[in-house]
Amino acid sequence: MKCRKCGAVAVINMRQHKLALCDEHFLEWIPQQTQRAIRKYRMFGPRDRILVAVSGGKDSLSLWDVLLRLGYQAEGLYIHLGIDSGGYSDSSLEYVERFAAAREGARFRVVDVKAEYGQSVPELARRTHRGRKPCALCGLVKRYIMNRVAYEGGYDAIATGHNLDDEVAVLMQNTLRWQTGYLARQAPVLPSTHPKLARKVKPFVRLYERETAAYAIVRGIEYIYDECPYAVGSTTNFYKELLNQLEGRSPGAKLGFYLSFLEAKRQGAFSQTKEALELNECEKCGQPTTAPGLCAFCRLWER
Amino acid sequence: MVKILFRDKEWELQAGMTVRDAILKVGLDPQAVLAVRDGKLINEATILKNGDTIRLIAVISGG
Repeated sequence: MKCRKCGAVAVINMRQHKLALCDEHFLEWIPQQTQRAIRKYRMFGPRDRILVAVSGGKDSLSLWDVLLRLGYQAEGLYIHLGIDSGGYSDSSLEYVERFAAAREGARFRVVDVKAEYGQSVPELARRTHRGRKPCALCGLVKRYIMNRVAYEGGYDAIATGHNLDDEVAVLMQNTLRWQTGYLARQAPVLPSTHPKLARKVKPFVRLYERETAAYAIVRGIEYIYDECPYAVGSTTNFYKELLNQLEGRSPGAKLGFYLSFLEAKRQGAFSQTKEALELNECEKCGQPTTAPGLCAFCRLWER
Repeated sequence: MVKILFRDKEWELQAGMTVRDAILKVGLDPQAVLAVRDGKLINEATILKNGDTIRLIAVISGG
């Protein structure tokens, strides 16, 4: 199989685009596609300061690499969750440190949940009786810290490594349950709806997970292969497997599902369910919250 | 023979088949893994030769 651009041996074939590329042209194609998504969805501009949420995995490290290559002011944020199983959090941090050490100008900060707030995420989950699957709580902690760091550091947007497979798996779950509220909010850009709430963007939203992994391999980015021990066997991964079966039979099915969802939304689907939530400021930390009094994050530590 | 490695599993297959066929043969989904030979990514149509060692890398991650 040959590269469509130069005829050299292809390293990847993207059946949904009918496009096979060699390593050199694949390494050009990924930043081009990312830049296209950044412009198309008006994620941010060349002067904006971007906080990239990095986990040590293929998506976030590849995203950080691509944003730096594109010349954006992209700084990393690693949230140490204190997941001990197999030294997962420590090991993930090492990948982030190695990545940054190999790149001039790749600055990042670490927020250690236990050091800063007194308990790791698994400890917090056990104390609040969410020990078996702390994923929802983990999401809450990460969103809170990302937003706080972005606000305090004056960043214009938070970029996450969500890829098309992540988005389509969530879309499928929400569609099967007709969660219209969630469907109304799912988008490549979550705008800021409060002065203390940072914009969230997903520049890899049109790239398949296979492509972000391939980019990391071809680019020589070392990342943590193991997924979070709590994510093993998750519903999201089950939906990803189902969607990959569909993609195998019908190349482009995942991309088509997502793009037609965005087009339906553009034409007004779910617009009635999109309610403007009134945001208050948490009495303790000052971060935006829908509930009056304490925000959900501060309530966790009050129990 | 061709050696196929995936996580802690290992298989030996006949040479002459494509990467895609090898992935299917060991019961994995070609959408969900990438193949690496000598540290380099190889495409799904690559014909496997005697003595090749292919490492398969899962692309699905969560968390």
